[in-house]
Amino acid sequence: MRLFSPEAYAKSIVASVQEYALLCAHAIGDLFSKPRYINDMFTQMDSIGVGSLPIVVLTGFFTGCVLALQSATSLKEFGAVNMTGRLVALSMVKELGPVLTGLMVSGRNASGMASELGSMKVSEQIDAMRALGTDPIRKLVTPRIVATVVMLFFLTIISDSCGTAGGGVVAVGMLHLNGHTFFTTAYLTLKMGDVVEGLVKPLFSGFIIATIGCYYGLKTTGGTRGVGKSTTQAVVASSVLIILMDFLVTQLMIGIFGR
Amino acid sequence: MTEIMIDEQAAERIAKGVPVVEFDHVCLGFEEHQVLKDISFKVAHGETRIILGPSGGGKSVLMKLANGLLLPDTGDVRILGWSLQQMTQRELFQMRAHVGMVFQESALFDSLNVEDNVAYRLEEEHVDPAEIHTRVVEALHFVELEKAIDKFPSELSGGMRRRVSIARAIISKPDLILYDSPTGGLDPITSNTIIELVVKQRDVSGTTSLLITHRLQDAFTMATHRYNEQLGHMEKIPNGGVDPNTRFLVLNDGQVVFDGATLELAHTSDPWLKDYIS
Repeated sequence: MRLFSPEAYAKSIVASVQEYALLCAHAIGDLFSKPRYINDMFTQMDSIGVGSLPIVVLTGFFTGCVLALQSATSLKEFGAVNMTGRLVALSMVKELGPVLTGLMVSGRNASGMASELGSMKVSEQIDAMRALGTDPIRKLVTPRIVATVVMLFFLTIISDSCGTAGGGVVAVGMLHLNGHTFFTTAYLTLKMGDVVEGLVKPLFSGFIIATIGCYYGLKTTGGTRGVGKSTTQAVVASSVLIILMDFLVTQLMIGIFGR
Repeated sequence: MTEIMIDEQAAERIAKGVPVVEFDHVCLGFEEHQVLKDISFKVAHGETRIILGPSGGGKSVLMKLANGLLLPDTGDVRILGWSLQQMTQRELFQMRAHVGMVFQESALFDSLNVEDNVAYRLEEEHVDPAEIHTRVVEALHFVELEKAIDKFPSELSGGMRRRVSIARAIISKPDLILYDSPTGGLDPITSNTIIELVVKQRDVSGTTSLLITHRLQDAFTMATHRYNEQLGHMEKIPNGGVDPNTRFLVLNDGQVVFDGATLELAHTSDPWLKDYIS
């Protein structure tokens, strides 16, 4: 059995971080010079944004439903059941909407990007692209980053809305609360800081999903088995980074807005 | 260096007789394994250089070096006089407009149909769509595959994929074509069709090329045959003649063991070479 070398492992991690950072820098730099693949950006927006719409709507809606059910049970003990709308709106907009949308889109698209680019890598299509005079980062990575960042922003807004609506449906239909009270408290409780926090997170999540998916795709080796491995790694890495980013941005926003 | 400058300089350098490909003491290794050891050779304009050697000898790596897909650890690779190591990534992409490449497994874009695959480079250069279509049909006519224009790579046989790959490489009329095992994994009849296309491209367009092959039979067919445009097929050069522009480079274990003409290779006294070509 070959002995495991901690030094080689540490070096490989540092090298991976360096490769990832260079990929990100290259992809962002390509935004500011020609040629720009605008058509590819729109194609990716359609694939990532419109394609993810059903899972985002369903996840957001049912998360709101569960949140209303759970919180109403606890709030009833304190005689504060009318605060259900406030709790649902705050949780959805600040935390659950951005994070769950990020995780769902990551599961669907980071894996898709890793497998698509990975298949292209192992079948020499990436080399063929370079041989034909096209920069694969400019053509494949930059449009995916732009598309994911833009679309995740709007998907998060949709998820927040569906979640609040789902909470409202449960509150009115199952808990027999007043709908007007639910939505009024939900609306009044949201401050600028909450909305900003909820809308800054998807920008980071989108960047993480696209860059991690493309990074693992482009470093794929080892045939179809390698493609499978890259896909799994992309989903795991992007999910963990989204949660980590959520923690850091939350901390930052509390520091800025004080709530 | 702008794209226009590269285009102008290419024509100028070819006219001056600058070698199209020049490897100067090139070494390349991956981790602890030295793949290429002190490789030096030149390929003149209009020449076809056939690269032979056992598997794992560094032939495909050499081909990727010639297109700047890899860069050497030491030494210098010059294409049309440009030293690839001194070019920026952007300049390398522009330089590749002068180089066509046929990959071992064709490497066609599987989400694009044959027309879009062949047209890829022209579309990247924003050529007029009507002109693109005309040139795609012309390139597909050259490889006798016009009927497959709307098909996707998954619907094509291995030989047809290889022919589309050749059409994609020649559509921009490059100054250099790199063929990485164009007959690899094909049956003898299909291999002959591919070799005939390579000979046709050599004799009709006079394009400089590097060709890797594992089949000695293909290599000697190329050296001893020519394309007859009137009859529309390949024929043997009369009186046991050989094509003067077709030369050989044999690699073994990352080193050049032979660099010369067909007859020199056929009459070599080197025991390893004799054994290899027998």
